[in-house]
Amino acid sequence: MSPQATLSTSPIARWTREQMAARVARDIPDGAVVNLGIGLPTAVANHLADDQEVVLHSENGVIGMGPAPAAGEEDFDLINAGKQPVTLRPGGAFFHHADSFAMMRGGHLDICVLGAFQVSAAGDLANWHTGAPDAIPAVGGAMDLAIGAKKTFVMMEYLTKGGQAKLVPECSYPLTGLGCVSRLYTDLAVIDLADGECTVIELAPGLTLRDLQALTPGVTLKRA
Amino acid sequence: MIDKIVSSPLDALADIRDGATVMIGGFGTAGQPNELIDALIETGARELVIVNNNAGNGDAGLARLLALKRVRKIVCSFPRQADSHHFDALYRAGEIELELVPQGNLAERIRAAGAGIGGFFTPTGYGTALAAGKETREIGGRMYVLESPIHADYALIKAETGDRWGNLTYRMTARNFGPVMAMAARITIATVHEVVELGALDPETIVTPGVFVQRVVPVERVATTAGGFKRAA
Repeated sequence: MSPQATLSTSPIARWTREQMAARVARDIPDGAVVNLGIGLPTAVANHLADDQEVVLHSENGVIGMGPAPAAGEEDFDLINAGKQPVTLRPGGAFFHHADSFAMMRGGHLDICVLGAFQVSAAGDLANWHTGAPDAIPAVGGAMDLAIGAKKTFVMMEYLTKGGQAKLVPECSYPLTGLGCVSRLYTDLAVIDLADGECTVIELAPGLTLRDLQALTPGVTLKRA
Repeated sequence: MIDKIVSSPLDALADIRDGATVMIGGFGTAGQPNELIDALIETGARELVIVNNNAGNGDAGLARLLALKRVRKIVCSFPRQADSHHFDALYRAGEIELELVPQGNLAERIRAAGAGIGGFFTPTGYGTALAAGKETREIGGRMYVLESPIHADYALIKAETGDRWGNLTYRMTARNFGPVMAMAARITIATVHEVVELGALDPETIVTPGVFVQRVVPVERVATTAGGFKRAA
């Protein structure tokens, strides 16, 4: 039986992208300095509670970033890493690129949230290049972020479109960083990665550890 | 008397030669010195090595320089964007050399050149394809990769306000690579939207001291346009 068939026969309530983002936001403590990667992680900002004073950093040189401006108020000198217009909160600051990456590499960010193609049981991350022959490689700040923040969270769909688990024994895509991922937030489960062990701390409604294990060949999952 | 003000972008670039290494500021369109890139195109200089975070957006500025096949090699971190079609075509045709550098390593290699540092060990990229063949070292129980400085003949940057000594301020995230590129080039050319009298800039707010800048070119303010991402329909 293929992994997809296993899933389609079970009444599993996969978490939506917004639910995943809300789940990540719940784990971000008040006062944390956070970098949200391009793509799926960007949505986390929409779920931070009003009483959570979270300081958002973007690698192009801004900290204390606020939400997108109202239509017509965009200023393209004030953008995020995705090159989209943002705003600045009171207390925010601008700085040059070497300082911005010193904030990452120097361990001054508490959490970064990144997307991924694959994550290995050892916490290796692959998220910058598929390695396909006609693909144009682009790395941006991914390698600096992955190894720089105190904690690196990954947000991704658990399975590829073809039904393969993205949590793998060893990454087959080119690596972004070694042993850097501490937690995975997916549509099926939240999993802690530490010392080569994969500990499932939450499962989507209707999903059992056994179901998830069946979808994840070569990786041993245990329940918290 | 020191007077670094130059009347036009073309005058500022008059001495550029084929084969020059040129740093161009900007992250996407923010901080991209369009007037200087247009002047660089006008000089006709060829076989250029360009250092920029990206590899051009749309059809203007850096993208046009690439499309005109003036660039032999580009050193950047993120060439692939929603509107990087000119770079994409040249790269796929094998008509441009790409040195892909993680963004923080790019910034620090540029800074190192400006600071007289001969190389530095960084944890970024260790164990990845972008560190292949580079010297590594274990320091304090962690693995690091040796990275080298990136020097340039010219840095073309966009600033906000300047004076005749070359002191500069910037505007929001348009600052990005400007300050470090200014340090790393033999000749740094900055556009500014306003030239003020010496002493008018608050010394506490000068971001790039004039010692790092050789030429200052006043240009009209033009609102920075969007670029680098797909607009929602």
